[in-house]
Amino acid sequence: MNNFNHYYDTDNARKVISVIVLNENNVLSRIVGLFSARGYNIDSLTVAPISDSEYSRITIVTTGDRRVIDQIVKQLNKLIPVLRVNEHFDVIEKETVLVKIPVDQNLSDVDVLARAYNGSIQNVTQDCIVVSATDQPQRIANFIKVIKNYNPIEIVRSGVVAMER
Amino acid sequence: MKMTGAKMVTQSLKNEEVDVVFGYPGGAIMNVYDEIYKQTDFEHILTRHEQAAIHAAEGYAKATGRVGVAIVTSGPGFTNAVTGLADAYMDSIPLVVITGQVPTTIIGTDGFQEIDAVGISRPCTKHNYLVNRIEDLPKIIKEAFHIAATGRPGPVHVDIPKDITAEVADYLYPSEVNIPTYKPTVNYNKKQLKRAMQAISKAKKPLLYVGGGAILSNCSYDIRELAEKLNIPVVETLMARGVMGHEHPLLIGMLGMHGEYAANMAAHETDLMISLGARFDDRVTGRLDEFAKKAKVIHVDIDPATIAKLVETNYPIVGDLKVTVQGMVNTASDFEFNDYSNWVALLKEYKEQHPLRFIDSNTKIKPQWPIVRVGELLGEKAIISTDVGQHQMWAAQFYPFSYPRQWNTSGGLGTMGFGLPGAMGVAKAKPDNVSINITGDGSILMNIQELMTCVESNLPVINIILNNNYLGMVRQWQTMFYENRLSETDLSVQPDFVKLVEAFGGIGYRVTTKEEFDAALNDAVEKKKVAMIEVIVDRNEEVLPMVPNGHALNEMTLLGDNNE
Repeated sequence: MNNFNHYYDTDNARKVISVIVLNENNVLSRIVGLFSARGYNIDSLTVAPISDSEYSRITIVTTGDRRVIDQIVKQLNKLIPVLRVNEHFDVIEKETVLVKIPVDQNLSDVDVLARAYNGSIQNVTQDCIVVSATDQPQRIANFIKVIKNYNPIEIVRSGVVAMER
Repeated sequence: MKMTGAKMVTQSLKNEEVDVVFGYPGGAIMNVYDEIYKQTDFEHILTRHEQAAIHAAEGYAKATGRVGVAIVTSGPGFTNAVTGLADAYMDSIPLVVITGQVPTTIIGTDGFQEIDAVGISRPCTKHNYLVNRIEDLPKIIKEAFHIAATGRPGPVHVDIPKDITAEVADYLYPSEVNIPTYKPTVNYNKKQLKRAMQAISKAKKPLLYVGGGAILSNCSYDIRELAEKLNIPVVETLMARGVMGHEHPLLIGMLGMHGEYAANMAAHETDLMISLGARFDDRVTGRLDEFAKKAKVIHVDIDPATIAKLVETNYPIVGDLKVTVQGMVNTASDFEFNDYSNWVALLKEYKEQHPLRFIDSNTKIKPQWPIVRVGELLGEKAIISTDVGQHQMWAAQFYPFSYPRQWNTSGGLGTMGFGLPGAMGVAKAKPDNVSINITGDGSILMNIQELMTCVESNLPVINIILNNNYLGMVRQWQTMFYENRLSETDLSVQPDFVKLVEAFGGIGYRVTTKEEFDAALNDAVEKKKVAMIEVIVDRNEEVLPMVPNGHALNEMTLLGDNNE
């Protein structure tokens, strides 16, 4: 697409960006709209208010080459309700996943697996159990791959939260 | 003091010292219009279409450097205005556009004339607001004016539900704005400027590449001073016409797709491109990986996102252009600059080899001729607006612009229909000048209803239609790149333009000879009424030079290459 990539490091890399925004109407649509309008990727997005302030933190995982990441950071900074954009280089990332599994599966295996990924069985009903796991995103991806052997009914991922080391 | 939301709107416009508002009433904005009726602080000009209200406000903003204001209603009123918002956004024109919205109790129910206005205007405004509480209204309008005019300017949209305009609350207009998340960088980094100045001093072929930012930050005369002090040649973008003035010896010309040969060659051969308030638009650069290939780049812009968006920048400088250029002028004595006179001489030679020209005719009027002629007859007295197409490029090429804000065109968005309402804004802002709209037979019909506004509000815009019975620019591309298959571009079926303007109450002229043109123009200027001069021009004239899409700037098709 870009015929000018020779200027830049063109390797696509995964990037975690956190955006501190004013809590106000429309702010999430401004962020998401910017990504879609300019053709940037959102691999994951989480939002939560920052306690005792009028701000929220939006954590976005995206992919792009150097030029694209630079533009994402600059364009986000241009939005009026954006206080700060942090491009993370050395971060702790965590993601949580909830998985619903039928009770006829080998539940002790499932329990062991969940524990290996900092999780546990969260709920049990007559038909199914819900397990959680909380770990680094790529380990969560791995967990999901394995847990698929147990006929999961539903898998819900939280998206990534991150903090600079 | 307690007042209604509607009164707050007019009162805050008064506080902002607004003297003219362009607009169109409707259901959701009626409370505000009732207050407009009652006040005398500003004039309201009723356009005949909401799009035109925004363009007129743009023309006013461009001519004066102040924030333009428009007011329209919800639903179709707003959606009609979207093209204007997008146009202002692309060209960084400071506007505050106030729209009515259905009452807060109706929002979200698909009410009559309801549309998610802030959802639509978000990607085509610098910022927008939906007013939820009447207490916020004065602060929001104050912020809107501040955001529109500061940093990289742009349109700000304020959407006000009808019940809010009817509610009553205390009116406290803030004296200043403090938005913790919005602090544009005005002052440049001194170290960066020093590095850039060092690079200039060591360059052999430096070039000032000046964009519309120079007009927006009012620094044309500082740029002239910088160029003169260091003896560096200048190329202007479409939006920067008038920065240097046509007679300036260091002005090489306009660059880009229809740029002058010497200007495009200058961009091709420079070893240091000094970009001042320009943004490397694709119509300027041609094929990007060939653009200024031999050059390092200094990029000065108030918008950090513009820097390194398209080309690698060796010396990025974020700051207000006027402050930065003055900084360059003031620190120049700290450096010893190379002598660039050979470089300037080379570009002058290019200018002589391939001057900007057209081949005049004694039998037909060439479309460039009326533009040159207006320049001869009116010169500095005229402020030129245009629509979009061949006539726009000819006007940019051939009009002798001599000062900033003499040129009012739709650059980034390329909006046909901009010219007439844009020229109305100019006429309102600069009544002592002559507001000329150079237009085409395609574009003029896109906002023709504004002739009525001109008549009613006494805006003596002179529309010069270069009539070639074609959608000329598209026809040119079809001829050059589509084997002359003229798909839907032949406009042989046309109105009688003279009768048309007369029907609205203006004056019409149909011109087929040069003598008739002079007489018509002189008469129109004298009569000070809205006028339409239809000039029958050579149908098949091309805009040249032309850099075909996807080609490098030095690969121009010149006059005489294929069609003399």
